[in-house]
Amino acid sequence: MIGFEYSRARDVADAMNQIAASPGAKFVAGGTNLIDLMKVYVETPTKLIDVTKLPLDKVEQTAGGGLRIGALVRNSDLAYHPIVEQRYPMLSSALLSGASQQLRNMASAGGNLLQRTRCAYFYDIATPCNKREPGSGCSAIDGHNRMNAILGTSDACIAVHPSDMCVALAVLEATVHVAGPRGERTIAFADFHRLPGETPQHETSLAADELIIAIELPPRGFASNYTYLKIRDRLSYAFALVSAAVGLELDGGNIRDARFALGGVAHKPWRNAEAEASLRGKAADEAAFAKAADIVLREAKGFGGNTFKIELARRTIVRALSQAARGTPQSQSSKKIA
Amino acid sequence: MPLKKTEATAHAQHPTRREIIASGAVLPIALTLTPGAAAQTAAPSSASSVPVNLTINGTRHALALDPRATLLDVLRDQLDLTGTKKGCDQGQCGACTVLINGRRVVSCLTLAVMQEDASITTIEGLATDGKLHPLQQAFIDHDAFQCGYCTPGQICSAAGLIAEGKARTPEQIRELMSGNICRCGAYPNIVAAIQQAMEQS
Repeated sequence: MIGFEYSRARDVADAMNQIAASPGAKFVAGGTNLIDLMKVYVETPTKLIDVTKLPLDKVEQTAGGGLRIGALVRNSDLAYHPIVEQRYPMLSSALLSGASQQLRNMASAGGNLLQRTRCAYFYDIATPCNKREPGSGCSAIDGHNRMNAILGTSDACIAVHPSDMCVALAVLEATVHVAGPRGERTIAFADFHRLPGETPQHETSLAADELIIAIELPPRGFASNYTYLKIRDRLSYAFALVSAAVGLELDGGNIRDARFALGGVAHKPWRNAEAEASLRGKAADEAAFAKAADIVLREAKGFGGNTFKIELARRTIVRALSQAARGTPQSQSSKKIA
Repeated sequence: MPLKKTEATAHAQHPTRREIIASGAVLPIALTLTPGAAAQTAAPSSASSVPVNLTINGTRHALALDPRATLLDVLRDQLDLTGTKKGCDQGQCGACTVLINGRRVVSCLTLAVMQEDASITTIEGLATDGKLHPLQQAFIDHDAFQCGYCTPGQICSAAGLIAEGKARTPEQIRELMSGNICRCGAYPNIVAAIQQAMEQS
């Protein structure tokens, strides 16, 4: 780790003033990813501004029937929050599928959105990586790319976003509340994370001097027909090869509304409006699920080591939609796939 | 007194690994380090130290710390609380697990300067009045280790697990203990030990 200054912020306004005064600074909350990256010299902030004392640790119901999650709510507290368990069980399940309980106790809700990729080349400063060092090249495209993306890739980067929580937030169509030097603004979840394009170093639409203060969930939680299915190399404490969050609204045996997003396959949680539309009004059966999967994966592209993910994603989508339709969501303690 | 003398003699004849390292007996090895590595170790901090009060196992320590210092390194290198182990130092193995305000965390990804006003419990703080914590006793009863390196982290993690109250079945214990890796593979005995302590709590 290189040396850095350390300071605590008293409130959001103080945090804004401090970041304005130190352009090389970063905010720190849980630190589970930032400290890790600083140890390997991938992140080299000149200063850390500790925001953990800010009053952003509440989970509150909104007047509109939704839920406002403070940016500092710990991942474990959010997963076990009674309202989240009852009304947004897909979010609870996604959270509990990620990391370990120690890390969930540390990691903040806002920080989860800002996780960096775990692409091995991004972590290894001895290798080229356009995300870490723009213009240096992508080592993964012709390298070890088993964990890398199959959708939305570019010639510059095939990294994936590692979060589970964000896959559920994409389906729930959350809104991100942000404080910045010119006041507060909101960002729709679909617009928060970006595809790599030619600038993979820019992963989100959050500016360097902005701070996530809350994540808001709309009222619809898909609590009856949902799942978070995560397929990985070991049954716990591993990043997804492919994951799927699903929310369905059923009318008898027919699908009234459907949303689903994939994790582990792209630079952001992956949704496909055409695939979701293809399910509406159809019988909730494997034929419809397979067709939706085909629509999503039509544009998938493998890079050798990760080409297996295309078929794996197809099966994960079908299985996850089946779990949600049957009302038998994936358990995160019993790993037998429902 | 005679007992103390014997202890001292035994110590001199069989110094611990830690004492040998601390005495500088490894100097010849240190000299073989590459100049680059030595320079990196000796590089002065560009940041000034920060005053921090850390409360560990009920004792308050007034320290001046480099902001880079992890809680793990402060515990081991400055406070001689070497029960907390450094495994991967990347948040992947759980050997460094401690309790902060009763919640289990990995101390390797925790900056010590961020723990002002926190109450930290390490493996050294679990026993009370010379009596082992029920988890420590259960790990002995069930032979829940081989090499023992992961054990302090396993026990602190299990203490956090029991306090959380979310695990009921062996399957749930396994899932919620997945952040603690045991390379000897003592998992069945670890789960049995935690079950025993859970029933007692």
